[in-house]
Amino acid sequence: MNTTLNDEIRQVLSDHARLPVNAASLDEHADLFQAGMSSHASVNVMLALEDVFDVEFPDAMLRRSVFESITAIAGAISELRRQAA
Amino acid sequence: MSLRVGIDLVSVAQVEDSIAAHGERYLSRVFSEEELSDSRGRPERLAARFAAKEAAMKALGRGDEGFGWKSIEVKRADNGQPTLHLRGEAARLAQRRGVESFTVSLTHEHGHAAAVVLMETTHEHNIE
Repeated sequence: MNTTLNDEIRQVLSDHARLPVNAASLDEHADLFQAGMSSHASVNVMLALEDVFDVEFPDAMLRRSVFESITAIAGAISELRRQAA
Repeated sequence: MSLRVGIDLVSVAQVEDSIAAHGERYLSRVFSEEELSDSRGRPERLAARFAAKEAAMKALGRGDEGFGWKSIEVKRADNGQPTLHLRGEAARLAQRRGVESFTVSLTHEHGHAAAVVLMETTHEHNIE
């Protein structure tokens, strides 16, 4: 588990996901869509993640499962960083 | 023949916030050139188009297929009626679902925009 990465993702979620719950206390495996993230909010989350982590999500990665939890997002960011390295 | 329906509601203020936060990146990632041109910068029109994309995904029964928002595009027919156009992975999903036609209706009022998509398929499909 990468605590720093997860904390940065929590900050992005706090700023952009419009969740009715506190992103800081969200379980890393919690389903973000179930927690109240709308599809439109997920666009903002994606764009903010690209800004913060200097990555770009290709269309093939714009899947529900990529954005459904903090853990899933962390996995996607790590994968994109590996590809860019 | 089988019919499926999808519906979505979008806050116009959230579209305005997204434009303020992400500007051109947001617009170019979500909307086609034609959608941007047809909307003439009016956020309620953009919100209605976003709702149409999501409504289409619901009608299609999208699972975990990966495709961008521009894969589903709202165009204006000569008579002014909105029409849906799919490309790439979204078009392939529609093909797998046996889609014969889409009908889309858009509306906006009091800070919200909504869309309904009716999808006609040639045969029954089990959508998981």
